[in-house]
Amino acid sequence: MIMHKSANVEVRLPSRLGYEKVAMSTAASVAKLMGFREDRIEDLKTAVAEACINAIEHGNRLNEGLSVGVMLCAGEDSLEVKVIDDGKGLKGLPPRPDIDKKILGEEDPRGMGMFLIQALVDEAEWVAGGNGKSSYVRLVIRLDSPTE
Amino acid sequence: MQTETKTRMDQLTSPAGHPVTILRFEGDIASTSKEAVLGIYQSLPKATAKIILLDFTKVDYINSSGIALVIQMLIEAANGGQKVYAYGLSPHFIKVFTMVGITKYAGLFPDQNAAMAAL
Repeated sequence: MIMHKSANVEVRLPSRLGYEKVAMSTAASVAKLMGFREDRIEDLKTAVAEACINAIEHGNRLNEGLSVGVMLCAGEDSLEVKVIDDGKGLKGLPPRPDIDKKILGEEDPRGMGMFLIQALVDEAEWVAGGNGKSSYVRLVIRLDSPTE
Repeated sequence: MQTETKTRMDQLTSPAGHPVTILRFEGDIASTSKEAVLGIYQSLPKATAKIILLDFTKVDYINSSGIALVIQMLIEAANGGQKVYAYGLSPHFIKVFTMVGITKYAGLFPDQNAAMAAL
Protein backbone atom coordinates (compact mmCIF):
# COMPACT_ATOMS: atom_id res chain seq x y z
CA MET A 1 0.00 0.00 0.00
CA ILE A 2 1.48 3.36 -1.01
CA MET A 3 0.76 6.19 1.43
CA HIS A 4 0.02 9.46 -0.35
CA LYS A 5 -0.58 12.74 1.44
CA SER A 6 -4.07 11.60 2.40
CA ALA A 7 -5.55 8.17 2.06
CA ASN A 8 -8.99 6.85 2.87
CA VAL A 9 -9.81 3.34 3.96
CA GLU A 10 -13.31 2.06 4.62
CA VAL A 11 -14.42 -1.07 6.39
CA ARG A 12 -17.95 -2.35 7.07
CA LEU A 13 -18.41 -4.64 10.04
CA PRO A 14 -21.33 -6.87 10.90
CA SER A 15 -22.96 -5.90 14.18
CA ARG A 16 -21.53 -8.90 15.99
CA LEU A 17 -19.19 -8.63 18.94
CA GLY A 18 -15.72 -9.78 18.03
CA TYR A 19 -15.66 -8.09 14.65
CA GLU A 20 -14.19 -4.98 16.23
CA LYS A 21 -10.91 -6.83 15.82
CA VAL A 22 -11.09 -6.28 12.05
CA ALA A 23 -11.30 -2.54 12.59
CA MET A 24 -8.49 -2.69 15.15
CA SER A 25 -6.19 -4.47 12.71
CA THR A 26 -7.04 -2.07 9.89
CA ALA A 27 -6.46 1.01 12.03
CA ALA A 28 -3.19 -0.46 13.32
CA SER A 29 -1.98 -1.16 9.78
CA VAL A 30 -2.74 2.38 8.61
CA ALA A 31 -1.14 3.91 11.70
CA LYS A 32 1.97 1.79 11.22
CA LEU A 33 2.27 2.91 7.61
CA MET A 34 2.00 6.51 8.79
CA GLY A 35 4.89 6.00 11.19
CA PHE A 36 3.13 6.06 14.53
CA ARG A 37 5.05 4.53 17.46
CA GLU A 38 3.98 1.13 18.71
CA ASP A 39 2.53 2.46 21.96
CA ARG A 40 0.33 4.96 20.10
CA ILE A 41 -0.83 2.22 17.79
CA GLU A 42 -1.87 0.15 20.82
CA ASP A 43 -3.75 3.19 22.19
CA LEU A 44 -5.54 3.56 18.87
CA LYS A 45 -6.43 -0.13 18.68
CA THR A 46 -8.09 -0.05 22.08
CA ALA A 47 -9.94 3.19 21.30
CA VAL A 48 -11.18 1.82 17.97
CA ALA A 49 -12.22 -1.45 19.65
CA GLU A 50 -14.25 0.39 22.26
CA ALA A 51 -15.84 2.66 19.65
CA CYS A 52 -16.84 -0.34 17.54
CA ILE A 53 -18.17 -2.26 20.53
CA ASN A 54 -20.33 0.73 21.46
CA ALA A 55 -21.59 0.97 17.89
CA ILE A 56 -22.37 -2.75 17.75
CA GLU A 57 -23.94 -3.04 21.21
CA HIS A 58 -25.62 0.29 21.75
CA GLY A 59 -25.90 1.98 18.36
CA ASN A 60 -26.98 -1.04 16.36
CA ARG A 61 -28.25 -3.01 19.38
CA LEU A 62 -26.56 -6.19 18.14
CA ASN A 63 -28.88 -6.22 15.12
CA GLU A 64 -26.93 -8.26 12.58
CA GLY A 65 -29.05 -6.77 9.85
CA LEU A 66 -27.18 -3.53 10.42
CA SER A 67 -23.52 -2.85 9.85
CA VAL A 68 -20.96 -0.57 11.47
CA GLY A 69 -18.99 1.66 9.14
CA VAL A 70 -15.38 2.45 9.96
CA MET A 71 -13.80 5.18 7.89
CA LEU A 72 -10.13 5.97 8.24
CA CYS A 73 -8.58 9.10 6.80
CA ALA A 74 -4.81 9.24 6.93
CA GLY A 75 -3.60 12.81 6.62
CA GLU A 76 -0.06 14.16 6.62
CA ASP A 77 0.25 14.31 10.37
CA SER A 78 -2.92 12.80 11.77
CA LEU A 79 -5.17 9.81 11.44
CA GLU A 80 -8.91 10.24 11.78
CA VAL A 81 -11.19 7.27 12.40
CA LYS A 82 -14.96 7.56 12.24
CA VAL A 83 -17.11 4.73 13.55
CA ILE A 84 -20.67 5.00 12.27
CA ASP A 85 -23.75 3.16 13.43
CA ASP A 86 -27.49 3.36 12.89
CA GLY A 87 -28.30 4.49 16.40
CA LYS A 88 -29.66 7.79 17.61
CA GLY A 89 -26.43 8.80 19.25
CA LEU A 90 -25.62 9.71 22.81
CA LYS A 91 -27.83 11.78 25.04
CA GLY A 92 -24.76 12.92 26.89
CA LEU A 93 -21.33 11.77 28.01
CA PRO A 94 -21.37 9.55 31.08
CA PRO A 95 -19.45 10.71 34.18
CA ARG A 96 -15.81 9.69 34.58
CA PRO A 97 -15.67 6.16 36.06
CA ASP A 98 -14.76 6.00 39.75
CA ILE A 99 -13.02 2.78 40.76
CA ASP A 100 -13.64 3.39 44.46
CA LYS A 101 -17.37 3.65 43.88
CA LYS A 102 -17.28 0.55 41.71
CA ILE A 103 -15.51 -1.44 44.43
CA LEU A 104 -18.06 -0.23 46.99
CA GLY A 105 -20.90 -1.27 44.70
CA GLU A 106 -22.04 2.32 44.20
CA GLU A 107 -21.30 2.33 40.49
CA ASP A 108 -21.73 -0.23 37.70
CA PRO A 109 -18.42 -2.04 37.06
CA ARG A 110 -19.04 -1.55 33.35
CA GLY A 111 -19.17 1.64 31.35
CA MET A 112 -15.50 2.50 30.86
CA GLY A 113 -15.44 2.39 27.08
CA MET A 114 -15.98 6.07 26.44
CA PHE A 115 -13.56 7.06 29.17
CA LEU A 116 -10.87 4.89 27.59
CA ILE A 117 -11.55 6.34 24.16
CA GLN A 118 -11.13 9.90 25.43
CA ALA A 119 -8.02 9.03 27.40
CA LEU A 120 -6.24 7.18 24.60
CA VAL A 121 -6.67 9.44 21.57
CA ASP A 122 -5.96 13.14 20.97
CA GLU A 123 -9.52 13.99 19.99
CA ALA A 124 -12.83 12.19 20.45
CA GLU A 125 -16.14 13.61 19.33
CA TRP A 126 -19.56 11.97 19.44
CA VAL A 127 -22.02 13.18 16.84
CA ALA A 128 -25.70 12.22 16.79
CA GLY A 129 -27.15 11.52 13.37
CA GLY A 130 -29.53 14.17 12.13
CA ASN A 131 -32.18 11.73 10.99
CA GLY A 132 -32.21 9.62 14.14
CA LYS A 133 -29.48 7.35 12.79
CA SER A 134 -26.01 7.44 11.23
CA SER A 135 -24.46 8.60 14.46
CA TYR A 136 -20.72 8.44 14.74
CA VAL A 137 -17.74 8.89 16.94
CA ARG A 138 -14.72 10.61 15.45
CA LEU A 139 -11.28 9.76 16.82
CA VAL A 140 -8.05 11.54 15.93
CA ILE A 141 -4.46 10.73 16.76
CA ARG A 142 -1.67 13.06 15.76
CA LEU A 143 1.89 12.31 14.83
CA ASP A 144 3.12 15.42 16.62
CA SER A 145 1.19 14.69 19.84
CA PRO A 146 3.32 15.34 22.98
CA THR A 147 3.31 11.61 23.65
CA GLU A 148 4.57 10.83 20.11
CA MET B 1 -14.86 -14.17 16.34
CA GLN B 2 -13.71 -13.60 19.90
CA THR B 3 -11.22 -16.19 21.04
CA GLU B 4 -12.76 -18.08 23.95
CA THR B 5 -11.13 -17.46 27.33
CA LYS B 6 -9.47 -20.53 28.78
CA THR B 7 -8.56 -20.58 32.45
CA ARG B 8 -6.18 -22.88 34.28
CA MET B 9 -5.69 -22.88 38.00
CA ASP B 10 -2.47 -23.61 39.88
CA GLN B 11 -1.77 -23.71 43.60
CA LEU B 12 1.70 -22.65 44.65
CA THR B 13 3.40 -21.63 47.86
CA SER B 14 5.31 -18.38 47.88
CA PRO B 15 8.89 -18.28 49.19
CA ALA B 16 7.42 -16.62 52.27
CA GLY B 17 5.27 -19.70 52.82
CA HIS B 18 1.89 -18.32 51.77
CA PRO B 19 -0.48 -20.36 49.60
CA VAL B 20 -1.12 -18.59 46.31
CA THR B 21 -3.87 -19.50 43.85
CA ILE B 22 -2.87 -18.60 40.30
CA LEU B 23 -5.59 -18.15 37.67
CA ARG B 24 -3.95 -18.38 34.25
CA PHE B 25 -6.04 -16.83 31.49
CA GLU B 26 -5.60 -17.49 27.81
CA GLY B 27 -7.30 -15.93 24.77
CA ASP B 28 -9.58 -12.91 24.88
CA ILE B 29 -11.14 -11.39 27.96
CA ALA B 30 -14.39 -9.80 26.88
CA SER B 31 -18.11 -9.91 27.63
CA THR B 32 -18.23 -13.64 26.84
CA SER B 33 -15.60 -14.42 29.48
CA LYS B 34 -17.84 -14.28 32.55
CA GLU B 35 -17.71 -18.00 33.32
CA ALA B 36 -13.98 -18.30 32.60
CA VAL B 37 -13.09 -15.30 34.76
CA LEU B 38 -15.75 -14.83 37.42
CA GLY B 39 -17.08 -18.37 37.41
CA ILE B 40 -13.67 -19.90 38.05
CA TYR B 41 -12.84 -17.29 40.69
CA GLN B 42 -16.17 -17.89 42.47
CA SER B 43 -15.43 -21.62 42.62
CA LEU B 44 -12.38 -20.97 44.82
CA PRO B 45 -12.83 -21.72 48.53
CA LYS B 46 -12.88 -18.26 50.10
CA ALA B 47 -11.74 -19.56 53.47
CA THR B 48 -8.42 -20.82 52.13
CA ALA B 49 -7.79 -19.02 48.82
CA LYS B 50 -6.69 -15.73 50.35
CA ILE B 51 -4.08 -14.71 47.80
CA ILE B 52 -5.16 -14.74 44.16
CA LEU B 53 -2.64 -14.13 41.39
CA LEU B 54 -3.97 -13.44 37.89
CA ASP B 55 -1.73 -14.47 35.01
CA PHE B 56 -2.40 -12.44 31.84
CA THR B 57 0.70 -13.60 29.96
CA LYS B 58 -1.31 -15.45 27.32
CA VAL B 59 -4.16 -12.97 27.00
CA ASP B 60 -4.31 -11.47 23.53
CA TYR B 61 -7.10 -8.96 23.92
CA ILE B 62 -8.96 -7.30 26.79
CA ASN B 63 -11.79 -4.85 26.25
CA SER B 64 -13.76 -2.75 28.71
CA SER B 65 -16.24 -5.58 29.28
CA GLY B 66 -13.35 -7.82 30.25
CA ILE B 67 -11.99 -5.13 32.55
CA ALA B 68 -15.43 -4.94 34.16
CA LEU B 69 -15.21 -8.67 34.92
CA VAL B 70 -11.85 -8.12 36.62
CA ILE B 71 -13.40 -5.29 38.64
CA GLN B 72 -16.30 -7.56 39.66
CA MET B 73 -13.72 -10.05 40.86
CA LEU B 74 -12.00 -7.32 42.87
CA ILE B 75 -15.33 -6.34 44.44
CA GLU B 76 -15.98 -9.91 45.57
CA ALA B 77 -12.38 -10.32 46.72
CA ALA B 78 -12.58 -7.15 48.80
CA ASN B 79 -15.78 -8.39 50.42
CA GLY B 80 -14.25 -11.81 51.02
CA GLY B 81 -10.99 -10.66 52.56
CA GLN B 82 -8.92 -11.86 49.59
CA LYS B 83 -5.96 -10.08 48.03
CA VAL B 84 -5.66 -10.00 44.25
CA TYR B 85 -2.50 -9.43 42.25
CA ALA B 86 -1.69 -9.74 38.57
CA TYR B 87 1.18 -10.12 36.18
CA GLY B 88 1.86 -10.63 32.49
CA LEU B 89 0.05 -7.56 31.19
CA SER B 90 1.57 -5.75 28.22
CA PRO B 91 2.81 -2.17 28.82
CA HIS B 92 -0.34 -0.93 27.09
CA PHE B 93 -2.68 -2.81 29.39
CA ILE B 94 -0.66 -1.85 32.45
CA LYS B 95 -1.41 1.71 31.34
CA VAL B 96 -5.10 0.91 30.79
CA PHE B 97 -5.45 -0.86 34.14
CA THR B 98 -3.79 2.12 35.80
CA MET B 99 -6.09 4.56 33.98
CA VAL B 100 -9.24 2.83 35.23
CA GLY B 101 -7.82 2.54 38.74
CA ILE B 102 -7.51 -1.23 39.02
CA THR B 103 -3.97 -0.81 40.33
CA LYS B 104 -5.42 0.70 43.54
CA TYR B 105 -6.95 -2.67 44.31
CA ALA B 106 -4.69 -5.18 42.59
CA GLY B 107 -0.91 -5.00 42.65
CA LEU B 108 0.79 -5.57 39.31
CA PHE B 109 4.05 -7.43 38.75
CA PRO B 110 6.10 -7.93 35.59
CA ASP B 111 6.22 -11.72 35.88
CA GLN B 112 5.41 -14.70 38.10
CA ASN B 113 8.80 -14.75 39.81
CA ALA B 114 8.50 -11.12 40.86
CA ALA B 115 4.96 -11.70 42.10
CA MET B 116 5.78 -14.82 44.11
CA ALA B 117 8.86 -13.18 45.65
CA ALA B 118 6.67 -10.38 46.94
CA LEU B 119 3.81 -12.52 48.28
